[in-house]
Amino acid sequence: MNDAGWIDLALRSARPRAMGALLRYFRDLDAAEEAFQEACLAALKNWPENGPPRDPAAWLILVGRNSAIDAARRRRKQEALPDDGRLPGEGDGPDDAESALADRLDGAHYRDDILRLLFICCHPDLPATQQIALALRIVCGLSVKEIARAFLVRETAMEQRITRAKSRVAAADVPFETPGGPERAPRLAAVAAVVYLMFNEGYSATGGDAQIRAPLCEESIRLARLLLHLFPDEPEMMGLLALVLVQHARASARLDDDGQIILLEDQDRSRWNRALIAEGMALLDKAMRHRRPGPYQVQAAIGAIHAGAARAQDTDWAEIDQLYATLERLTPSPVVTLNRAVAVSKIRGAAEALELIEPLAPQLDGYFHFFGLRGALLQQLGRDAEARVSFDRAIALAHTPAEAAHIRMNLDRLSAASPRRKPPRAH
Amino acid sequence: MLYALLCYNSEEIVGSWSKQEDDEIMARLTVINDRLQREGKLGPTARLMPTTAATTLRKAGKGRRLEASSEPPTVLDGPYAETKEQLLGFYLVDCKNLEEALSITKELGVANPGGAYEIRPVSLFLPGSGVT
Repeated sequence: MNDAGWIDLALRSARPRAMGALLRYFRDLDAAEEAFQEACLAALKNWPENGPPRDPAAWLILVGRNSAIDAARRRRKQEALPDDGRLPGEGDGPDDAESALADRLDGAHYRDDILRLLFICCHPDLPATQQIALALRIVCGLSVKEIARAFLVRETAMEQRITRAKSRVAAADVPFETPGGPERAPRLAAVAAVVYLMFNEGYSATGGDAQIRAPLCEESIRLARLLLHLFPDEPEMMGLLALVLVQHARASARLDDDGQIILLEDQDRSRWNRALIAEGMALLDKAMRHRRPGPYQVQAAIGAIHAGAARAQDTDWAEIDQLYATLERLTPSPVVTLNRAVAVSKIRGAAEALELIEPLAPQLDGYFHFFGLRGALLQQLGRDAEARVSFDRAIALAHTPAEAAHIRMNLDRLSAASPRRKPPRAH
Repeated sequence: MLYALLCYNSEEIVGSWSKQEDDEIMARLTVINDRLQREGKLGPTARLMPTTAATTLRKAGKGRRLEASSEPPTVLDGPYAETKEQLLGFYLVDCKNLEEALSITKELGVANPGGAYEIRPVSLFLPGSGVT
């Protein structure tokens, strides 16, 4: 790795901590970002000659803060001199900056600094896509161009979206005091939810665009890891990291060379990333020791069961059914029930699974996966005409070309079998 | 003489390597490993999982008493973070889960009170055969 590569990695790693501290100091996202940029420029000049500082984040915080103070001084000098002729900025403030900063750099602070930074980006006043975009920009340091690509929108549109998000956050007035225990828990939950959304945004997008959306998954894994570093004894943070690792492990097996979806049961399991799966399982193991189950742990456990099955037919569907039942209790939602129906169809057959999902129709009327699964179950039961209606609806609701193509493949199978000569049942 | 070579680096930075960068570095290391293996100098090598996967068993007692300890140890999430104690040795054990690893560690802790054990899953293990 050359100098530039090393420095780039160090700047990226230091970013959340440095931005968190600069935000606490300036209490303004734009000012903090500007100061961080200045510090990065200084690092690019200074580090190749002098070598890396012992603590890159502390270096960036100090230099970022000083550069902002210098800029403020320059601005004041351009204004009229005070009557007594004394230059402003001399002896009236920043001299004690370093000693004050030394206090602020106390390690105990940085956990709350980073949590605040993340929490501001994940502010509940913002719509989910803006939360994700802001976190990618501010915390992860992705460029507007990269984020625009990941969301498949034009750069100018993303620029506007981020600017709007920033001004809403500024108006929302998040308190800058160090949160006490009771406030910390909901902040952590809000941040974890956005990290998970970010992962899903990257994961569920498929087709020809999959490659450029991979950064969403990778950044969400980095953030989940960061959260666990900050809160090492939170079983749900272990669960969240385990979940995203185990899911991401399947990334390279999920699409074929043409960008078409390969279902879990048809994937080449030798292409799953075993190192990520092993780490996810180790984290889940750690989390279970606490005996405080939560939705992320349960979902990670479901992923781990899939990952642990050498072949699709070895999958322990009964255990998956149990886990989805637990998830239904923890976070009741028609989507969870829909997922449980897949397990039910494997254990007790398509008819029972269909019975389970039919009552969900009013709530999942606009949900692609509902009609995809419903069509597949009807198909298994030989009710081809109804299956076709369901698949048509799924295609209309598909988010990506790959999703639509996958359903079309099922439809083709239906069409290939003439109504008089039904294909033999799959099971 | 056997030497243990203990590897240190910034986890944040190593964790930020792309798959390609990681592969490149591992490929360079493999060249050296293969040579050492041929020369009969290489024992087991291991790459550890990130510290987020670690659990620490803080043993009872201050380590001054030499008799076996009867006080229960404390189990903490995360890596061993103290700097006033030094790395004095390590075990490599094959367990079915963390629970089993913890129970072995507790047994060791009773026999040898004071200090701590960090339990860290191994992500890559090469047995090596040059050292017997």
